[in-house]
Amino acid sequence: MPSDAIQFENVSKEFFGIRALSGITLSMPPAQIIGIVGENGAGKSTLMNILGGIVTPDTGSMTCQGQPHKPAGPADATRAGIAFIHQELNLFGNLSIVDNLFIDGFPKIDRLGLLDKRKANQSAHQALQTVGLHCPVHTLVENLTPCEQQLVEIARAVGRNARLIILDEPTSSLTQNERDRLFSLMNTLRNAGCTLVFISHNLDEVLRMSDRIVVLRDGCLVSTGSKTEYTVERMIIDMVGRQIKNLYPPKTSVPSETILLEVSGVTRPGIIEDISFALHKGEILGLFGLMGSGRTELARILFGLDPCTAGEIVAINRPLRRHKPAESIHSGLAFVTENRRDEGLLMEASIEFNIALAALRQTAGSRSSIWVDHKAIRDKSLRVARDLRLQAADHKRQSARNLSGGNQQKLVIAKWLLTNPQILILDEPTRGIDVGAKYEIYTIMNNLAAGGAGILCISSELEELTATCDRILVMSNGRIHGDFARSEFNEKNMLHAAFKGLRTAAEPGDR
Amino acid sequence: MNMTAQKNRILLAALRNMPIILFVGLFLCFGVLAPDFFRYQSIENAVKQASYVGIVAVGMAFVLLTGGIDLSVGSNMYLSTVVAGLCIQRFALSPAAAFVICIGAGFTFAMTNAFIVTRLRVVPFIATLATLVAGRGLGRMLSQSRAISFPETITRIGSARLFDVVPYPIVLFALTLLAAWIMLHRTQWGRQIYAVGYNLESARKAGINTVRIRAIAYVVCGVFASFGGFISVAQLGNVNAGFGRGSEFDAIAAAVLGGISLFGGIGSIFPGVLLGAVMIQLVSTGLVSAKVDLYLHSMISALIIFAAVAIDSHRTILLKKMQQRHIRIE
Ligand SMILES: Nc1ncnc2c1ncn2[C@@H]1O[C@H](COP(=O)(O)OP(=O)(O)OP(=O)(O)O)[C@@H](O)[C@H]1O
Ligand SMILES: [Mg+2]
Repeated sequence: MPSDAIQFENVSKEFFGIRALSGITLSMPPAQIIGIVGENGAGKSTLMNILGGIVTPDTGSMTCQGQPHKPAGPADATRAGIAFIHQELNLFGNLSIVDNLFIDGFPKIDRLGLLDKRKANQSAHQALQTVGLHCPVHTLVENLTPCEQQLVEIARAVGRNARLIILDEPTSSLTQNERDRLFSLMNTLRNAGCTLVFISHNLDEVLRMSDRIVVLRDGCLVSTGSKTEYTVERMIIDMVGRQIKNLYPPKTSVPSETILLEVSGVTRPGIIEDISFALHKGEILGLFGLMGSGRTELARILFGLDPCTAGEIVAINRPLRRHKPAESIHSGLAFVTENRRDEGLLMEASIEFNIALAALRQTAGSRSSIWVDHKAIRDKSLRVARDLRLQAADHKRQSARNLSGGNQQKLVIAKWLLTNPQILILDEPTRGIDVGAKYEIYTIMNNLAAGGAGILCISSELEELTATCDRILVMSNGRIHGDFARSEFNEKNMLHAAFKGLRTAAEPGDR
Repeated sequence: MNMTAQKNRILLAALRNMPIILFVGLFLCFGVLAPDFFRYQSIENAVKQASYVGIVAVGMAFVLLTGGIDLSVGSNMYLSTVVAGLCIQRFALSPAAAFVICIGAGFTFAMTNAFIVTRLRVVPFIATLATLVAGRGLGRMLSQSRAISFPETITRIGSARLFDVVPYPIVLFALTLLAAWIMLHRTQWGRQIYAVGYNLESARKAGINTVRIRAIAYVVCGVFASFGGFISVAQLGNVNAGFGRGSEFDAIAAAVLGGISLFGGIGSIFPGVLLGAVMIQLVSTGLVSAKVDLYLHSMISALIIFAAVAIDSHRTILLKKMQQRHIRIE
């Protein structure tokens, strides 16, 4: 009988006195896809970091294909045949695809250590063929789309004949077609004898793709078994320790006639064209579109991060022309960016500092005060963090970088909630967030709207929008191609609108 | 179809090839101001005088590519040539032995930098600022602030020509460029230097020994600094107490003018740093032959470097922006 691909024996890990993992004993059979699910901060990434040699466990041991596995660093894990595709992609945009594939182990010509370019190009080409990425091996990685970059990551694993490939939330920034492509590739790899670990918050996907399921909660192994023993409901119960009957809270807000944000004819050539709509008081307005349809760009322009060349934006009866984010905030706007790592957070700063940053105005004693009221900030940050169930050891000292991926996202949201926004723009607010916390975020959206705020929610998950929104706009290729009231919600029509005009955009060189 | 994207791409192409554009612009500009600038002799002179700055700048490029900085190169040049000079005086060494000692001193100096930056984790700016001060102090102590002159056997190198055609400093500069290019593009360490400069954390996760790679960059920088110092002394004939002062500025300027990004990970040795170093030299010789007021020289040089750094930042921001604008079709 072949030995298990990976075995964990009583593995534990603490960060700053907070248990991230306690006593995990788990075995992963070879040539299977193993789905790992758990709430944000449950320890999924940490467990994989231990396997990948990025974190050393406090106690416990591991074996890899029967051999003891005690990696001192990522290089050791690579040598043991483990490839790790991180939650945040780990590529070098300034280097070509070949360089990225072999950055920690080029084929060499001789003992001088000179690179064997021919051989590298050949194997790179082969690996790219396997994963179905058809572009020259010398392309700079920064010129690839996120999906192509992901394929490069997988090619990296394939190119060095990894026996175990870890995919930590690989689908969170892919479109549906790209996901399907990734899934068929995963199946191919599994059939070729690879073991794959698949982490995702999309439970349907996990159930569909995996052969075995592993559920973690608060750093403990709750259950594991073959996929036939699981349903989405059981996974949720195991993950959060209780039953969640509805994935979406009942809608409580009712939109009024008062207009909060009026956008007319906003244009930025080549990016968005002639966008007009109105956001009402108490309304949750959905903005659906595929990635790259211009929705994020629209949000950035509304918030004043990018300029527009034509059109008008009026926020609460105040025209915004050539405005800066500070003015937007002053006019009651808030913007939760999709890209938490680059735009939403100061990674090295503490949790408290991050929360306080956007809310300094409100927490200062008065508008003109120059002193910062630390106690007020601390109280508020604790309250918001509790509402969102943000898991962290110490709000004052722990830096944002050390939070789990989903908790970083919650932090971005927390930060903006503190400004008491009148108009809230959310870009993919639930990406990478667990079911329970998603529910909390929908509830907060509801409550804000019921309290008279207007919310513009951008998402590529149609189901989430139809469940939470009063009205949905569909964007495609920089234009609004559909405007659906709640009574007219119809997935087929909306998807149709989302694909409108795409063929003209498909000209080469438009990436 | 996409006007802004088109414009951005052209702009980016221009920013990427800025060293060449600047070089041609400067060249023409001084050529018009001072016609004898175009003579072969003056060009050869400019390149020859640029060779030592160029060699130091090549080393500097390694450090800049990892996202660090080395302010101590000028002191390294001074200290290592002082050590070599004193050894010659005391032991009557051959030029080859003096050269080895000079490079050895530079290597030791650089190891100190590497240790402080990578092991003690002091920010490069502060670490090398400290070794800049300490290195010059030590050099002055050893030489008692006296000028040390070098024997004719060594100064001959400064004026000799290979096959009676190409001046030796230029030959050595060319060899340095070649060696550096091979190191950066044809060895694993070189590729990893670019990776580390792009993102240190990602490099660590990719299994790169980031401590070693950064240390290598500082060592290469220090060794090339002492090498540049040796060549400069061979041309000057002696080391005085001010030798090498301000060279860090010239080296960083040459590298940045040559398109090496101060943010790390971007830029190339060839033709970038070559052009950068020659440009620095062109500016000073050009200003002289155009009979510009001496007091204006440093201000004009500063202005040009300022422009180069501004271009660098602009390019970085534009690159970031363009990355966000992925329109996806599927
Ligand atoms: N380097 C670190 N320093 C301190 N705490 C950390 C560090 N890395 C992780 N943690 C903590 O360990 C816990 C588990 O984090 P982990 O990243 O494994 O969660 P996760 O299950 O991957 O969550 P998500 O679904 O949000 O990605 C979290 O509470 C996190 O704050
Ligand atoms: Mg995670």
